[in-house]
Amino acid sequence: MSEAVMTATADATVAETVVKPEAEKARVNKPKRKKKFATKENQNKAGYTFMFPFAFLFVLFIIIPIGMAIILSFTNFDTLQFPEWIGFDNYITLITSDTIFMKKVLMNTIIFAVAVGPGGYVLSFLVAWALSQMTRGVRTVFALIVYSPTMTGGVAMTVLWKIMFSGDQTGYINSWLINLGVITEPIIWLASEQYLLIIVIIIGLWSSMGVGFLAILAGMLNADESLYEAAAIDGVKNRFQEMIYITVPSMKPQMLFAAVMAIVNAFQNGAISTQLAGNPTPGYSAQLIVNHIEDYGFIRYEMGYAAAVSVVLLLLVMVFSRVANALFAEKE
Amino acid sequence: MAYKGHRVNPSKFEKSQLKLILAVLPIVLLTGLPIIFIFCHALKPIDELFAFPPQFFVYKPTFENFSKLMKVSRTSGIPMSRYVFNSVIITGSVVFFGIIFSTMAAFALSKLRFKGKTTMLNINQAALMFVPVAVAIPRYLTVNYLQLTDTYFAHILTLIPIPVVLFLIKQFVDGVPDSLIEAAYIDGASEFKVYRTIVLPLTKPAIATGAIMTFQQVWANMETSNYYINKESMKSLTFYMNTVANANNTVAGQGMQAAASLIMFVPNLVLFIILQSSIMNTMAHSGIK
Repeated sequence: MSEAVMTATADATVAETVVKPEAEKARVNKPKRKKKFATKENQNKAGYTFMFPFAFLFVLFIIIPIGMAIILSFTNFDTLQFPEWIGFDNYITLITSDTIFMKKVLMNTIIFAVAVGPGGYVLSFLVAWALSQMTRGVRTVFALIVYSPTMTGGVAMTVLWKIMFSGDQTGYINSWLINLGVITEPIIWLASEQYLLIIVIIIGLWSSMGVGFLAILAGMLNADESLYEAAAIDGVKNRFQEMIYITVPSMKPQMLFAAVMAIVNAFQNGAISTQLAGNPTPGYSAQLIVNHIEDYGFIRYEMGYAAAVSVVLLLLVMVFSRVANALFAEKE
Repeated sequence: MAYKGHRVNPSKFEKSQLKLILAVLPIVLLTGLPIIFIFCHALKPIDELFAFPPQFFVYKPTFENFSKLMKVSRTSGIPMSRYVFNSVIITGSVVFFGIIFSTMAAFALSKLRFKGKTTMLNINQAALMFVPVAVAIPRYLTVNYLQLTDTYFAHILTLIPIPVVLFLIKQFVDGVPDSLIEAAYIDGASEFKVYRTIVLPLTKPAIATGAIMTFQQVWANMETSNYYINKESMKSLTFYMNTVANANNTVAGQGMQAAASLIMFVPNLVLFIILQSSIMNTMAHSGIK
C-alpha cells in the first residue's frame, strides 16, 4: 500500500521535471555550478571589465608569442631566414633520431623532476608547518633565510656552489670528506658524469622553498584558529593529526598552488646545470630538457626544433599538473 | 591532561617549540649560506677573491670593490643614476599595475561569472607551464611589430602579465567566503566596492607574496634590456651592472661583479622584510568572525 503511494509520488516528480520549460531548467541548474549571488544579470559585464586589463596584456605578450612558438615548432627556423614549413618533422626527429634526448635528457629530467618536485614540495610544507608553530620573531628570521636562495639567484649561487664543490683536495666538500675518511682522493665533482646529476638535484632541493613555500606559510597562518580549538575538543590528539585533518583541508587552494609551482620548477629548472657545468654538461650527464632547448635555440640556432621540444615539455608538465589538480582542486 | 590543540602562531615561547626549531635549524643554516656569502664576497680584497683554494669567508674586509665600481660608472658616458632611475620606474610600475590587474582578474575568475571564464583559467594555467626561453624570439617580434622598441612600454607592458601571480592570487581569493560577498551584494555594494573593501583586504598575504615575486622577476630581468632596447640610456640597472662586470678585464671585473650582486640583492631583502608582516598576517580572518 505505502509502496504504491511512494511510486506515485516519484512518478509525479518525474513528470514535473519533464514538463518543466527549458528556461526554468537552466535557472535551476545554474546555482549548482556556481554561487547563488552570481545570478545578478550584470555579472557578465563586470566579469569582462575586471578581466580586461590583465587579459589584454596577457594575450598580447604571452598568448600570441606562445602561439607563434607553437607554430614555429612545425617549421625549420634558423632565426635569420623566414621559417620554412616542415610539418611534424621536428617532432618525428625528436622521437626517432635524437638519441641524446631519448637516452640522456628525458631520463635526467624525469629523475630530477621526481626527486625535486615531490621532495621540494614536502620540504616546503614541513618547514612552513614547523615555522607556523613558532613565535613571530623566530619565524620571521627563519622564513627570510629559507626563502633567500630564491632571492640571491644566479650569480651568488653559482660562485658559492662552485667553491663548495671545487674539484681539488682543498675544495670544502672534498676536504671534509677526506678528513672524515670517506674518500681518499679528491673527486672532480663538477666534471664527473657520475655525480653531477646528484649535485644538481641537491641544489635543486636546497633552492626549492620559493613562492610555493610562502603561499603555504601564508595559508597556514591565515587558517581559522577556532577550527583547532574545535578539533581538540573533538578528540584530535597531537600536532600530526591536526596537520592531516585540519591544516591541509583548510588550505587546499594554497596546497594546489604550491604543488603546481613545484611541478613547474622541477621541469623548468635548467639554470643549475648550466651554471655549474656549462651547456652542454659533461657527457650530457645533467642535461635537462630546458638545457636541451637552450642548446638548440641559442647555441645551434635551430629555433624550430627548440620550439618543438618546448611543446613536448609543456605537454609533460600538463600531464603531471593534472595529478595535482585531481588531488587538491575544490570540488564544486 | 587533555590535548588542548596547538595554536598556530603562538604568542609566547614554549618548550615544545624547541624540538621544531632544532629540526628546522640545519635547513636554515644551509639555506642561509648564500646571504652570508654574498656579503663576504663583495667585501673581499682582490687577493682573497682569487685565493686558491677559494674561500667562503672574508678575512680582510674592504670597500675597494664598491669604489672601483663607482669609479667605472663615473667614467662611462651615462651616469649610473640614470640606470637607477630607469630600474625604479620600470620595477615600480610593473609591481603596481601588475598587482592591480592581477587582483582584478583574480576576483573575476574566482567570484564573478562570465562566459569564457573556465577557458581563461585553463589558458592561464597552461601559459605558466610554458618555458620562457622558447617564447623569447616570438615576443621580440610582437614588441617590434607594436613599435614599442626603445620605450619604457617595452620594459613595463611585457612584464605586467605574470600567469603565476594571477594563479597565486586567484587561489587566495577562492578562500574568501562567499557569504561575505553575498552579504555585501544584499547591502547594495557594486562589484568594484566588493573588490576594494572585501577582496583586497582579505587577500593581503597573496598580494604581498605576488609583489615580492613580481619585484624579483622584474628587478633581475635582462631580457627586455637585451632584446627590446637599443638605446643605452633606456636600459636597466641590472643590465648595466652585468655589462660593467663583464666589459672590464676579468680580474677587476670579478670584484665589481661581487659588489654589483650585493647591490642588486639588497633591495630584494629590504622589500621582503617590509612585506613579510603581510604574508604572515594572521589577522585576515578577524573580518569574517
